[in-house]
Amino acid sequence: MKKRNEKIIEFFLALSGAITVLTTIGILWVLLYESVLFFKEVSVVEFFTDTQWTPLFSDKHFGILPLISGTILTSFIAILVALPIGLSIAVYLNEYAHPKIRQTIKPVLEILAAIPTVVYGFFALTVVTPFLQTLIPSLAGFNALSPGIVMGIMIIPLISSLSEDALYAVPKSLREASYGLGATQFQTSFKVLVPAASSGIIVSVILAISRAFGETMIVAVAAGLEPRLTLDPTVPIATITTYIVQVSMGDVPQGSLEFKTIFSAGMMLFVFTFILNTISARVKKKFYHKYE
Amino acid sequence: MNNRLKNNIFKYWAISCTLFGIAMLLIFLINIVIDGVGRLDWKFITDLPSRKPELAGIYTAIMGTVWILGLTAIIAIPIGVAAGIYLEEYGKKSRFANILEINITNLAGIPSIIYGILGLEVFVRMFGLGNSVIAGALTLSLLILPIIIVATREAIKAVPKTIREASFALGATKWQTISQQILPAAGGGVVTGVILALSRAIGETAPLIVVGALTYVPFVPQSPMDQYSVLPMQIFNWISRPEKEFATNAAAAIIVLLLITFIMNGFAIYLRNRWQKKVKW
Repeated sequence: MKKRNEKIIEFFLALSGAITVLTTIGILWVLLYESVLFFKEVSVVEFFTDTQWTPLFSDKHFGILPLISGTILTSFIAILVALPIGLSIAVYLNEYAHPKIRQTIKPVLEILAAIPTVVYGFFALTVVTPFLQTLIPSLAGFNALSPGIVMGIMIIPLISSLSEDALYAVPKSLREASYGLGATQFQTSFKVLVPAASSGIIVSVILAISRAFGETMIVAVAAGLEPRLTLDPTVPIATITTYIVQVSMGDVPQGSLEFKTIFSAGMMLFVFTFILNTISARVKKKFYHKYE
Repeated sequence: MNNRLKNNIFKYWAISCTLFGIAMLLIFLINIVIDGVGRLDWKFITDLPSRKPELAGIYTAIMGTVWILGLTAIIAIPIGVAAGIYLEEYGKKSRFANILEINITNLAGIPSIIYGILGLEVFVRMFGLGNSVIAGALTLSLLILPIIIVATREAIKAVPKTIREASFALGATKWQTISQQILPAAGGGVVTGVILALSRAIGETAPLIVVGALTYVPFVPQSPMDQYSVLPMQIFNWISRPEKEFATNAAAAIIVLLLITFIMNGFAIYLRNRWQKKVKW
């Protein structure tokens, strides 16, 4: 009797775990199934080569490139902000700062990651854009630059935290050997520690890019919802995620071709982030065996 | 260039980077408080939404958030904790557990809006739940499951082997050991993880837009099948309006949202510290 109860409990616990597998299968199935229906009506060639994305207009074009360019542009700006700042903070906290300072600053920075993203959108639109317009008068009210920068600020703690963990994991002997040879903190950090921790740092950057690709609300609020194939950060653009939001907020009938576009766009986003996450998992696996 | 000089230049650059992060946080918070605190009063919290900015309140949005949060907690906590227990205590070496583990890592990296698409197709359309609170809660539950599972595993991992072995030695079964020894010992860590996961769910906007949370709901949901709005949706809606008065409303609503988020995070950190201090193996 006791034994049977134990088995039943184990079964239900395993079942709960299985729900996560069902989630993955569900995501793959939904994206594939609806994308196949979409590609029955729109040719794959048009999808990847047309330079316009206008499913909601009467003159319909289904080229995903403008959404991809918008996604890459905002993410690129975000990484441009977050990588140098995040990495500098990581090196500073790990090598220069007093342990007490490190203990205080880390959680304070992590508050940045706890703020809901729609709030960052408000900040981008009402503070950063007007400020940037005083520097760049030609900057449009909606643009890629401002949400990109704000997104960068949001992911600073992601990079600084994970990179700092990687730097911290470098064996003390390496650091001491470097100081023993008379190196400065700067030389020790950038010639010994950063190279030794490079895989961990790369993982943090890949995760940050993946996070930026999937980021929705900052861009939805401040970038303008206008799909445009451009690398000009001063004009309104749209990203894959904001397009999905735009369709969801409108009154597109479910089951129509316009409705199916969100699944094909979602598929692209899923593929991009999946590739990035897989790379980071690979790098991470290698890294964990490095100093054992 | 002199090595020492280089070292100092970098030091000051890195300090300014750190200060930049903190300054941004401060500018950000101060700016929102200045914009919104004047609009924030009890009436704003208890008023129904309105097309006139000076009359609009966030009552239905707050109640929607409470509904979503409650249902998400009811759905996600038992499943997440159970899955965490399974992975840590039962499935250690099995192939199934190995697949689960890789899968959970992958799920954690999927953008939240993709979960919205899953919820739209499965809960809203296939299950026929429509734009209901329960469809939103189910979607958010799937989103935060990986966080709860990982937190549960970490907490269980921290319980020393001796406790487990002592319990077995006294003749307890596996489940008795887990439910009476390991879970109580790991409780603090589990609760911390759950609160952090729920505070993440409160701020989520994108997946709920996709599964049909509304921007204008003049009533409070009475059942899980009712339509709803949530606080971040209301904020998004107000930000998107051209009138300046709505931006003030948005700032006031943001103060409320941030207060809820910070209180939950603070409470989680408090619990974690207390738990770490109390339990010394």
